[in-house]
Amino acid sequence: MPGIVRVSDVSKEYPRSGFALRDVSFELQKGEFAFLVGHSGAGKSTLLRLLSMAERPTAGDVRISGYSSATIRDREIPQLRRRLGIIFQDYRLLPDRTAAQNVAFVLEVTGASASVITSRVTKLLTQVGLGDRLDAYPHELSGGEQQRVAIARALANEPFLLLADEPTGNLDDRATHAIYLLLREINARGTAVLMATHDVAMILRSGHRFLELSKGELVYDGTDLARLQADMRGKR
Amino acid sequence: MRLAFRELLLAFRRAPLLGVLGVVTIAFSLFAFGLFGLVSLNVRSALREVEDRVEIRAFLHEGVSDDEARALLRSMAAVPAVAEVGYVSPDSALQRARSELQEFRDVMDGAFLPGSVELRLREGQRDPASVAAVSKRLEAFPIVEEVRYGREWVEKLYRLQEIAALAGTALGGVFALVAVIIIGSTIRVSILARTREIEIMRLVGATNGFVRLPYLLDGAIKGLLGGVTAVALTWTVQQLVNGMLMATHFFSGSQIAGGIAAGGLLGLIVSWLSVGRHLKGVWRD
Repeated sequence: MPGIVRVSDVSKEYPRSGFALRDVSFELQKGEFAFLVGHSGAGKSTLLRLLSMAERPTAGDVRISGYSSATIRDREIPQLRRRLGIIFQDYRLLPDRTAAQNVAFVLEVTGASASVITSRVTKLLTQVGLGDRLDAYPHELSGGEQQRVAIARALANEPFLLLADEPTGNLDDRATHAIYLLLREINARGTAVLMATHDVAMILRSGHRFLELSKGELVYDGTDLARLQADMRGKR
Repeated sequence: MRLAFRELLLAFRRAPLLGVLGVVTIAFSLFAFGLFGLVSLNVRSALREVEDRVEIRAFLHEGVSDDEARALLRSMAAVPAVAEVGYVSPDSALQRARSELQEFRDVMDGAFLPGSVELRLREGQRDPASVAAVSKRLEAFPIVEEVRYGREWVEKLYRLQEIAALAGTALGGVFALVAVIIIGSTIRVSILARTREIEIMRLVGATNGFVRLPYLLDGAIKGLLGGVTAVALTWTVQQLVNGMLMATHFFSGSQIAGGIAAGGLLGLIVSWLSVGRHLKGVWRD
């Protein structure tokens, strides 16, 4: 089965702060669910940035959906982004727009017609459990609800891969679990998910593959949960 | 495009004060430039009016016949720098003197006044060197007794014009630069206020052109509105001056249109440059 993401010997070095990633290699398969763990500064966000082509690696190659970081042109990047869903710890919603408008925005960018947008937005927000909050502004929603809007937005273009950068970092346990279940459901419909998180308990419960970064290096890639527990304890 | 306008409206609704402030700032910086332009325009036209009066007068010897005088006129009219020539015969000179100097009527009975030739020079040929050159030619005619043109006066006027032109260029440049800087920072502020929006647009796969368009429109419209406001302000000031001090000229239609268009263009360019800086990064952390 061909990988949808192939990261080969990727390093990222910043002029001032030095290496953020060093010789990282892994693949993601179609429809896979994987976690990205590591302490703050381990390189999780950098890796996600490289995957969305927000940055290019200093060395090595990132291949994603037929694009290579070595050859992708600037004007092809928007095309790639439309096939990716990206969510963040801080949701990144536009504060002056309702939930529906925030989701509709993505579709407007791609030039969808107004009637298509309306029905699709309703469907997406219903899917994430916010069918009754279409006209709520972000500040009227709880953190968990805001993250759901962000997820609906990320799904608007039916991405093949969802990149999640600590999406539950600001949420309480209940909301965290609900978001996790939602991502599982999305994954079950065929979208691959790569989720960066601090939440060891979540990984333990899930039993999914996890990639562990430490100081920019990929120190583990697999499903050995005992190892994860030992590692995270050891570092604390 | 429709979408871009909607975005623009949304941005204005969200921060109307910022939008109005932007237009007002641009308007005032262009207003300062406009006032300066108005002053310079009027100084120039006043100087040109004075310059129009530059004339060379050649007094002829006594007894020169009208025919001889006319021959002189013909040959001087052929000189390229000369715009018009005129002949004042001794008789008409006397008449002119009588009507202009009523008090001395009696003295003038039986008096003789020499005939004279008056020359006006073309615009651009009224500098001291050209005036001197033409009078040299006149002096060469044997029938000419004396040539007068107010050398000192012509030279002073010319100096004045040079100073006005130099000061105009220097001050105009400074005012224009100030306007560019102010407009630039005004538009930068409004783009900085929407950094987050640009990031999100990029994140969801908006092309650079799509991201740019609303900001370009914003800059252009603010520049145009600022330009229109500045023209209105300048016009008001000019009307006040006209009413209370003196008659002044206003800009021509094409100058006004050019000024407003320059405001719009400036807004457009500055927006283009500012938003370009934001198109690079997407993720803030």
